[in-house]
This record gives sequence, C-alpha cells and structure tokens, in this order.
Amino acid sequence: MGMTMTQKILAAHAGLASVKAGQLINAGLDIVLGNDITTPVAINEFNKAGFDSVYDKGRINIVLDHFVPNKDIKAAEQSKQCRQFACKYDIDNFYDVGEMGIEHALLPEKGIVTAGDCIIGADSHTCTYGAVGAFSTGVGSTDMAAGMATGKCWFKVPAAMRFVLTGTLSKGVSGKDVILHIIGRIGVDGALYKSMEFTGPGVAALSMDDRLTICNMAIEAGAKNGIFPVDDVTRAYLDGRSQREYKVYEADEDAPYTDTVEIDLSSLVPTVSYPHLPENTHPVTDAKDIAIDQVVIGSCTNGRMSDMETAYEILKGRHIKKGLRVIIIPGTMAIYKECLQRGYTEAFIDAGCVFSTPTCGPCLGGYMGILAAGERCVSTTNRNFVGRMGHVTSEVYLASPAVAAASALTGYISDPREVL
Amino acid sequence: MNAKGFVHKYPDNVDTDVIIPARYLNTPDAKELASHCMEDIDAGFTKRVKAGDIMVGGFNFGCGSSREHAPLAIKTAGISCVIAATFARIFYRNAINIGLPILECEPASRAIQAGDQVEVNFDTGIITNLTKNETYQAEPFPEFIQDIIKSGGLMASIRKA
Repeated sequence: MGMTMTQKILAAHAGLASVKAGQLINAGLDIVLGNDITTPVAINEFNKAGFDSVYDKGRINIVLDHFVPNKDIKAAEQSKQCRQFACKYDIDNFYDVGEMGIEHALLPEKGIVTAGDCIIGADSHTCTYGAVGAFSTGVGSTDMAAGMATGKCWFKVPAAMRFVLTGTLSKGVSGKDVILHIIGRIGVDGALYKSMEFTGPGVAALSMDDRLTICNMAIEAGAKNGIFPVDDVTRAYLDGRSQREYKVYEADEDAPYTDTVEIDLSSLVPTVSYPHLPENTHPVTDAKDIAIDQVVIGSCTNGRMSDMETAYEILKGRHIKKGLRVIIIPGTMAIYKECLQRGYTEAFIDAGCVFSTPTCGPCLGGYMGILAAGERCVSTTNRNFVGRMGHVTSEVYLASPAVAAASALTGYISDPREVL
Repeated sequence: MNAKGFVHKYPDNVDTDVIIPARYLNTPDAKELASHCMEDIDAGFTKRVKAGDIMVGGFNFGCGSSREHAPLAIKTAGISCVIAATFARIFYRNAINIGLPILECEPASRAIQAGDQVEVNFDTGIITNLTKNETYQAEPFPEFIQDIIKSGGLMASIRKA
C-alpha cells in the first residue's frame, strides 16, 4: 500500500521506509515554533525538566505576536520571559516588536519554513505551512518544550482525506471561501485527527496566499494538517526565498484516503460563517440583512499582501459606513511597509479605517478591537466561538477580505461582487 | 489507577476559548487560569467543582486553539478525568503531555448526566456510573502513550530516555 504526501514526509523524518495510519512514531523536527502566549508555558516546562541546552538554536522560532506591543503588564512579563530565554540560548529566529509579524504570515514570508519540512508550532494555526508542501501541525507548549530540547516529537500517523479541486475561482471568491465552504460541508470535526490533502487540476490556479489561507483553517475542520502538492506556484514562491534546500514529496498513486471530496472551484460563492462555529456557513447573499458594528481585516488567515490588495480595491476612494469601526491589520512589517509604499495606508485612513502594526490582537479577543455585549463583527479571522472577540454575547461572522471590505461600506454583511 | 467523582456535563464542540478565554492568557499561572475555567460557558463551574470531579463532554471536546492553558486550567481546577465521545487532537495530546487523564467513550459521553457519580479505571478503560449502575468500556491507551502517562507526562518521559 502506498503512502499519502503527509505519511511520506513523516516516514522520512522518523527514519522509516514506510509508515501507516495509526502508527505511533518519533519524528525529527526541522522547525519548532512558539509565540508570546505559548512560549512562557514551554519555557517553564523546559526549565522544570532541567534542560540547559536547545537542540538547534537555528531551528527554534519565537515570535511575539499575540499581545504585542504589550497590552498590559502581565503580557509584558510574558514577552520579557521569551526575550530572556531567546537571549540566553542565542535563538536565531526571535522576532520582537519592529521585526515581528503574525507568526504564520512571517515564517513563510522569510523562507524559514519550506517544502518537505516536518514542523511543530505551539499555535493551532501552524497547519498553515502545508501550503508550501510541508508537514506542519499545531501542538501544545509541552510539545514545544520537548521539541526545543530534543528536536523530536511523537506523532500518531494520520489517515487522510483527499480534496480534489477542479475549475477556477470566480471574481470576488478567494481561498477563504474555499476553506469555509469545505468546513461547512464536512463540519468542525469532519477531518478530526486526519490530514487534508488538496489535489486536482484546480490547484494550479490557486495562488500561494490562497493556499496559505486554506491550510491555515484545516484545524477548524479538526485536521492534524492540510497540505498542497509542490508545483510551479510553490517553486516560484520558494525559489530565492527558502532559507534551506527544499525537498519535494508526492503522494503515491495508490495512497489510501478515507474519503475523497470533489470541489468545483468555479461553483463557489462568497461564504460567511455565522456564530458560533466555523461550520455554520451560508452564501453571502443569505446574510445581507445582518447589521454589523465592526470589521476586522487581518490575522494569520487573511493578513497577507493579496488580502490588503483586495481591501484596497474595494475601499479606495470610498468611505466606510458611519458608525462602524474598521480595523485593518497587515500580517508582517514587510506587508505594512508595502501598504505604505503602494498608497494603501492612506486610502484606508481616508476611507475611515484604522491601520495597525501586525498583531493577533482582536482575533482571539486579546486587544485592539474587543466587542461589547451584543455587538457584531465581520472578520477575516478564523474562529467565531462564544466570546472569541470579546463579550460572551458578541458575535463574529467569518468571511473573506472581499466580503469584509464590502460590508465596511454598507454596515451590513455585503456581497463583494456588487462593488468589485 | 482510578478516579472517582461527580460529573460536570457539557455539549459537543466545547472549544478552548470557553475553557479558558484568551483575555486571561496573559499569565501562565495555573491557579489563576483555573479560577476562570469554563467561565464563558458555565459561570458557576469554579464554585461548584470539587477535587476529584469528572468532566464529560460530547464530540470534538477541546477544539480550537492549541493553548495548553486549557487542560492545565481543568486539571488545576480539580478535575480528575475528562471523558468525551471524541477529543480535538491538540487537546488530546496536551492532556496526555501534562498528565490530565482523558478517555474517549461515546456511550459514556451519551449516557452520563450532570451530577452522576462516576468511577474510572484507567488500566481497564472501564467507566462505572455509580448513580445509574451502568458501565461503559473506553478504548485503553496504546502502550506508547501509557508510558508517557506513567512517567508523569512528556517532559518526565523524555528526561528518563
């Protein structure tokens, strides 16, 4: 029996000729990642266990992105603990305010993660890097601590679901709509413990940003990882960017899949996930009467350059609906700078939006856009759980940057195809 | 190894944001985290919970964020075991890694009700509902994972190796 793309990467990193679903393995890690919330817990575990060295200071990444610039004294203490640890062990990839970005926008941008890698991150959206053909999965802080100490992690080899993509996306429809559609179709535990392997002729027309968004939300279907094959789009993205030589793995012809889901990309429409689960998806045309108080465009899901471009296309020369708060947050400092250079920042400000330095802030209800009781937000983020962005009676509607920007103009959830 | 206690019951898809909201993630202090455990879904939990109590959820328990603060808050609040029909995978491995006993058992998840007194035998995977006089069989952990649990969590197990 053949292996899936994920299984091949895991087998290679475990030093095994083959693996099969359900097998427990210890795999070597190319990259270990943590942020300002999860790293302090990992540092405490690392110290408690008595470790005094890291396996490879070049492979550990600590990105301060959730509550920075620090939102309060406690957050400042957590950042300080990360900073001191990074200094003590001379961690190469430590990203503090001024250099940082939202971790899952930053690591691909810098070429730190690359095809064929085996990656763990103490952040659930670490699954993002499957977009470049890596096995990458979210873990907890203790796994991060063990990974930093030993360079290894235990895994149960996942079975896989295959998503065969055909056709191309219509105007106003993006990677966000693809993944929301999929989560709506299979449910928030539809891919529990499994890989989501994307394949088919439709893949070629998906940009790297679309693929990053799609893999980013694999966790919202319960998946261990999402992964795209390495093709010309991947090579064009990685060549000149990847900091290490990359390795291309392909699924075997006879690889086993528990399910095959076919998706005609040309049939997809702008999609909105209603509170309080990402699986509560509806076409945007059903959501038109829903009045909103706030719009957030950003996050590890949709804070990339193409997302800023989409927002700019819709907001330039227009003004947001009076009474709304519209918060735009680029994913990295490089994207922030490019928005300035291209004149996007000015256009956003003229439209009545606020434009922030990178932060996860509002996505998880940290700061920079907390909702009051009963308020509603259209957000390009990834979760709409109870209380996710603020008060327990507030509501988050998940959507693409196009839907979010179009909604910013009207004060109601709106169809971007009417303004593009 | 056994656990015995009264049950706090929750529905499907309990996410880590309701187990411990992100507004409290500015500290890694387990006691402080535990004082806000389940606050957004069950405001009375921290007042009701007694050491040794058991938490029972439905499908996909612990979905969402990877925050280890979630199982840590549950464990520190006094919960001796979490039983669910299924667990979200990061919560599952976090619980194992920090030594919070968990068991997957759909029949138990369905039948057990809030307030029932339940006893769990981790060696056999047998869950006994003392209130209803019923038993349910959970899948015992594979040896590899049992070794982590017996060592007292992941860090202790890699330290030993």
